Amino acid sequence: MAHTAPGANAPAKPKAERIRRHQWLAVLGTAARTPRGATGLGLALVVVLIAALGPLAAPHSPDALVTLTFGKPSGQFPLGGDELGRDVLSRVLNGGWLLLLMALAATAIGIGAGTAAGVSAAYLRGRTDGVIMRTVDVVLAFPQLVFALLLLSIIGPKLWLIVLAVGITHAPAVARVIRSATLDISERDYVKVAELQGMRPAKVMAKEIMPSLSTPLMVEAGLRLTYSIIIIAGLAFLGFGQAPPAPSWGTMINENRVGLPLNPWAVIVPAALIALLTIGTNTFTDAIGRVAIGVDRKPEEAALVDDLGLAGGRAS
Amino acid sequence: MNRDRAAAIVTSGAAAGATGDVRLDVRGLRIRAGETGPDVVSDVCFAVRAGEVFGLVGESGSGKTTVALALLGHTRRGLSVSSGEVLLDGVDLLRLPADDLRAVRGARASYVPQDPSAALNPALRVGTQLRETLRVHAGAVDDPDRRISEVMREAYLDATPAMLRRYPHQLSGGQQQRVALAMAFVCRPSLIVLDEPTTGLDVSTQRHVLETVRSLCRAYGVAAVYVSHDLAVVSELAAQVGVMYAGRIVEIGAAAAVFPAPLHPYTRGLLAAVPAAERAEQLSGIDGQQPPPGHRGAGCSFAPRCGLVLGKCRTQVPEPVFVTGRAVRCLRVTESQAARPGRPPLPAPAAAPAGPLALSLRAVSAGYGPVPVLAGIELTVPPQSCVAVVGESGSGKTTLARCITGLQHKGTGEMTFQGAPLAWGARRRPQQVLRRIQYVFQNPYTSLNPRKTIGQIVSQPLEHFLDLSRDERYARVVRVLNDVSLGSGFLSRYPDQLSGGERQRVAIARALAVEPDLLVCDEVTSALDVSVQAIIVELLRAIQRDRSLAMIFITHNLPLVRSIAQTAVVLQDGRVVEAGPVEQILERPASPYTARLIADVPRLATAH
Repeated sequence: MAHTAPGANAPAKPKAERIRRHQWLAVLGTAARTPRGATGLGLALVVVLIAALGPLAAPHSPDALVTLTFGKPSGQFPLGGDELGRDVLSRVLNGGWLLLLMALAATAIGIGAGTAAGVSAAYLRGRTDGVIMRTVDVVLAFPQLVFALLLLSIIGPKLWLIVLAVGITHAPAVARVIRSATLDISERDYVKVAELQGMRPAKVMAKEIMPSLSTPLMVEAGLRLTYSIIIIAGLAFLGFGQAPPAPSWGTMINENRVGLPLNPWAVIVPAALIALLTIGTNTFTDAIGRVAIGVDRKPEEAALVDDLGLAGGRAS
Repeated sequence: MNRDRAAAIVTSGAAAGATGDVRLDVRGLRIRAGETGPDVVSDVCFAVRAGEVFGLVGESGSGKTTVALALLGHTRRGLSVSSGEVLLDGVDLLRLPADDLRAVRGARASYVPQDPSAALNPALRVGTQLRETLRVHAGAVDDPDRRISEVMREAYLDATPAMLRRYPHQLSGGQQQRVALAMAFVCRPSLIVLDEPTTGLDVSTQRHVLETVRSLCRAYGVAAVYVSHDLAVVSELAAQVGVMYAGRIVEIGAAAAVFPAPLHPYTRGLLAAVPAAERAEQLSGIDGQQPPPGHRGAGCSFAPRCGLVLGKCRTQVPEPVFVTGRAVRCLRVTESQAARPGRPPLPAPAAAPAGPLALSLRAVSAGYGPVPVLAGIELTVPPQSCVAVVGESGSGKTTLARCITGLQHKGTGEMTFQGAPLAWGARRRPQQVLRRIQYVFQNPYTSLNPRKTIGQIVSQPLEHFLDLSRDERYARVVRVLNDVSLGSGFLSRYPDQLSGGERQRVAIARALAVEPDLLVCDEVTSALDVSVQAIIVELLRAIQRDRSLAMIFITHNLPLVRSIAQTAVVLQDGRVVEAGPVEQILERPASPYTARLIADVPRLATAH
C-alpha cells in the first residue's frame, strides 16, 4: 500500500491556504488582475472614493446659497452654481454616499431573498418549488421601476421603502439563476452523502450547497448592484428620494436640467458619475464571470486542464 | 538513430505473418503545450502494416488520445506538434496543406471516437450521416447507395431502408458504435484510428463490436490504431502493442510477446493490476500517480514509482533498448528480465462466522414512477463477508444500492438489517442505523465537496453521528486516513489537489470513520485507472478483513469479483438470475446469462 503517497510532502502555504478556503477571494483577485477587471474596478473605485470621502472635502455647505443661480464655473466655484445658487461641486461631493449605501442595501436584500428562494426551490423541489417559482413569475411580470413606483405611491416616498422595493424586485431574477445552479449541485454525490447522514435539509443547503454557489452569487451581486444604482438614481430623478434640500446625483440631474445652456456642469457631472459607477461595476462583474468560466484562459493552459483533469484551483 | 531502429524493429518483428507493407509510419512525434510549453507527447515512434491492428495502451493522462488525434494531423487547441512525422503511405500528414489534409481525413484516414452517442449527430438520420461522408469525398466510391448497404452489412447492421431512416437515439449503444465504424470505413481508408471505441459498452456488446472491428480491419487491409486503457481488449485484438506512460512509449513489440512477458517495470506493474476471472489472486497496483506534462522530471518519468529505480534513472531519459524483438525504455531492462513474480493467491476465506445476517432482502421491488427497475430481489449478506452484485448497465445494481442505503424512498418488500426491519428512505431510519450502513459512491470526483478540506470531509460524519471531543475527533480522522494509506499530511488539502485514487481513499475513510457494520461500494473503481483500481480493491479487502465488516461490492467487472468477494449475485433486468459462491459462479455458471457474460469478458494473453 502507498505509505508514501506522492506529493504528501508539500503542505500549501498559509496565504494560499486562506485563498483556497475562500475560493471567491481567489476569483476576485484573478478578476482584478485581468485588464477588463482592473479597468472596471478602477472606474468604480474612483466614484466610490468621491462619494465616500466627498463630504469631508466639500469646500462649502451643500445647502448654502453661495453663488449665482446657474453661475458659470469660476476659481471659487469650479463647477459653478445650481438652480438656487448652491455650489455644484459641494453638492456633487455630498450627493453620492447615500445612493451607494441604498444600492448596496437593496442588493443585499435582493441577493439574500433571491438566494434563499432559489436554493430552497431547487433543493426541496415539489410543492415548495412550485409555490416559490410561481411567485417569482408573478413578481417578474411587473417591470422593476413600475413595481417600485407602485409601492412608493401607495405607501409614500420613504427611503427604507425604496431600498426594500428595489431589493424585492431583484429577488425573483436572482432566484431563477440560483435555482438552476443549485439543481446541478444538489444532484452531486456529496450532497447525497450528507442526506444519508440524516442531516436536516436547511443544514444541507447551508453547509453543502451554498459554498459551491459563490461564483454565480458574485456575478449576480455585481449585476444587481449595477441595476440598483440605476434604479435608485432613476427614482431620485423622478422625485422619489431624499427630501429636496438634500443633495443627490439623481435629483441634481432633474433639478438642474432647465439650466443646461447656462451651466451644463450641474447636470453633466452627476450624470457622468452615475454612468462611470455603473460601467465600472458592470465591467468588473463581467471580468468575474469570465474568470469563473475560464473564457480568458490561454489555450495551452486550457489544453492541459482539459486533458489531465487538473482543476482550475491548481493553476492559481 | 534509435528512432529509426525502433521503427525497424517493429517492422521486422511483425515480419512473420505480415499481410502487407507498412502503411503508417510515425517517427519521433513530439507534441507540446503552446509554442514553448512542456512536452505532452515525446519521441513517439511506431509503424503499422496493412491489415494489422496496433494497440496503443496507457492510463489516463498518458497522451494516448493526443497521439491518436495527431495521426489524423489534428492537435487540440493549445497543443502543437514540435517535431516528427506521421507518414501515411509515404505522405507526411503533419506537413500537408489544410485543403489536402481535409481531403485525406474521412477518406484515407478516419477516426472512430469513444462515445458514439456523442459522436453521431442526434438530429440526422443514420443514412444521412453515412451519405455525408461520401458527399464530402465525392468520387471516393462509384455507387454511394450500394457502397452504404455494403458497408452496413460488413458492420453487421441491417442494410434496410428502415435502418437508414432511423435516428441515433433509436439504436442501441452497440449499433451506434457500428454505425460509427461503418462511417469510418465507408470510403475504404488506409488508416483507421479507434479511440476507446468500446469503453462504456457492456461486455457482450463490446465483444460484438470488437469482432466487427477485427473483421473490418482484415477485410479492408487498413492499418488500424486501437487506443485503449483496457489491456485485455488490446491483447485480444492487436498484433503489435505500444505501452504509453507520461507521453512516451515505454515498451513496444508484438502483443503475443509483451503481454505474457512484459519487460518494462511499468508494463509489468500494469499487468499485475489486471484481475483475472480464472484465479483468485491478490492484485498489486502501482503506488503514486502519473506525472502531468511539465512535472515529468529529468530522467525516466516512471522512476518515482519504480521498484527497480537506480540513481541514474532520475537523471537520464532512457533510450529504447532492443530486446527480443521489442523496444523498451528502461535502463535496467536486461537485468530485470528474469524477475517476474507471479501474484500470490488469495487466502482461503475463513469459515463464515455465526451470528445474525448483516442484511437480508426479501422480494424487494422498486422503480422510478411506473417503471419497475428491481423486481423481487432476494439478497443475503452474511456477517463479516463480502457479497458482489454483478450486472450490466441497466440491470438495477445502483438502484439496489440506493434501496439499501436509503436514497430510494419508495419500494416494496422486506429489508432486514442485523435482525431488525430496515425502513425505506434515510429519513425514516434512526441515526444509529444510518451510521452503521455507509455508502461509497462510484465517482470520487463528485462525492467530495470541492469547497472543503479533506479533514473537514472526513470529520463531518463524526460530528454528526458521534459525540466526541475535538481531540478525539482529530485522532479518529488521522487514524482512518492512516488506515487508507493517506496520512495526516492530507488533512488541510482540497479534493482538487488529489488524484482519483486518493479521492476514492478519502471517500472510503469518510465511510470508515463512523465505524459502520455494512459498507456498500457502488462501482468504486470504475472511474479509476487499472493500476489504482488494484490498490483500492486490495485496500477494501484488507479493511473488510481487519474490521470484520460486511460489504456489498457492486460492479460490472466480473474478474474483479474474484479478487474481493466470497459470494456473488448476478442481476439481469432487475432480477437475480444467479447467486452463490464466487468460484462456483465464475467456473460453473448455472444460468446461460452468466455463462455468456463470463465468455464475453476479454482475456489477457498470459504465459500460464
